[in-house]
Amino acid sequence: MNALAAGLRMCLSCRTVCQADAAGRESVRCPRCGAAVHPRKADSLARTWAYLIAAAIMYIPANLLPVMRTSSLFGTSEDTIISGVAYFWASGSPGLAILIFTVSVVIPMAKMGALACLATWARRPSGMDAHALGRLHSGVELVGRWSMLDVFVVALMAGMVQFKSLATVEAGPGAAAFGAVVVLSMLAANSFDPRLLWDNHGRPDDAR
Amino acid sequence: MTSVAEAGLAACPECDELHIRRVLHPGERARCARCGTTLYRRPRRRPDQMLAIVTAALIAFVLANTFPILVLRAQGIVNEATLLGSVAALWSAGQEPVAAMVFVTAWLFPVFDLLAMFLLLLAIQTGSRPALFAPLLRTLQAMRPWGMIEVLMLGVLVSLIKLSKMADVLPGVALYAFIALTVLLAVILSYDLRALWQPDQQRTAEA
Repeated sequence: MNALAAGLRMCLSCRTVCQADAAGRESVRCPRCGAAVHPRKADSLARTWAYLIAAAIMYIPANLLPVMRTSSLFGTSEDTIISGVAYFWASGSPGLAILIFTVSVVIPMAKMGALACLATWARRPSGMDAHALGRLHSGVELVGRWSMLDVFVVALMAGMVQFKSLATVEAGPGAAAFGAVVVLSMLAANSFDPRLLWDNHGRPDDAR
Repeated sequence: MTSVAEAGLAACPECDELHIRRVLHPGERARCARCGTTLYRRPRRRPDQMLAIVTAALIAFVLANTFPILVLRAQGIVNEATLLGSVAALWSAGQEPVAAMVFVTAWLFPVFDLLAMFLLLLAIQTGSRPALFAPLLRTLQAMRPWGMIEVLMLGVLVSLIKLSKMADVLPGVALYAFIALTVLLAVILSYDLRALWQPDQQRTAEA
């Protein structure tokens, strides 16, 4: 039996199980920690979609605009995320190229795709197994933060390489856009309530 | 305020299945019978041990921010870079959004995390529960996913490799402090904060 059907609500902050409001109001205040307790995250799907669409829009400038501008005696070069990966691959560091490609390209795209699927399936039955969907959601929450890697690398390079006329590195507009993608998609994953999946896909006698 | 806590129950955060709470041994975790998600766990380390680890992490944090992470040498010019120095350079170069993001995720939230943990554990250690305990713990839980020291650590290593192709790079004192901080934070982050909500006897009994 789930908590909702039993007339109970779980506080997402301290995990206390609270009784629903006798007056029939949607949210109650958790008696232990004082957080607002909703039966399900408020406007979960609408918020997930809003953040997700915003992240998808920002993903375009994040890939098209340069994330880093390097000026040296030999001229100025601009790097996008993809050309940075290509540079590593060509200059004999395939391991690093794969690492950066994974965290900056594979993870954001897989994450946005997975969230879009979850938000779609949460609303209507799809014949999918709730166990698999639940695991997909926890995976999405786990890996998202690592996408911030490229932003940190650009920031550190720009902060350190300041040799006046010899060589300087500047962060490009793509870095800010890419950071926004990571933040927005983390907010999207955070707004999604996995319990919605089980409300629509779980069978009452689901046992592991 | 009509709600009453059902102290003996636990609900699964992933699938909302209700369970009856049991007292666990240190290091044990309770999993949801339906979906397998961890419901709650009893940390292996006691609060006083955690307090020592958090104190060590605070010291590592101070070292990591006062000394240069990397020292760069090219054509006789030497550049030393700290994390906050990099943030300031970004800000003054007109990259305020990137500077703000790095400052918040790599400095502000981690330092808040450590200080809040320190205060909360200290409160538990002295057996008091100040009025700020609940709001502080709640804020700490909400902020935790946004602290990204371990990602920054990987970023430092990647830029070390990148920079070594442009200039002579020497690792600074702060690099070792960052490595220590990353290890200590891994221990701190694996400590389930929700255990701090539990009444004392369930947290420290038979320790």
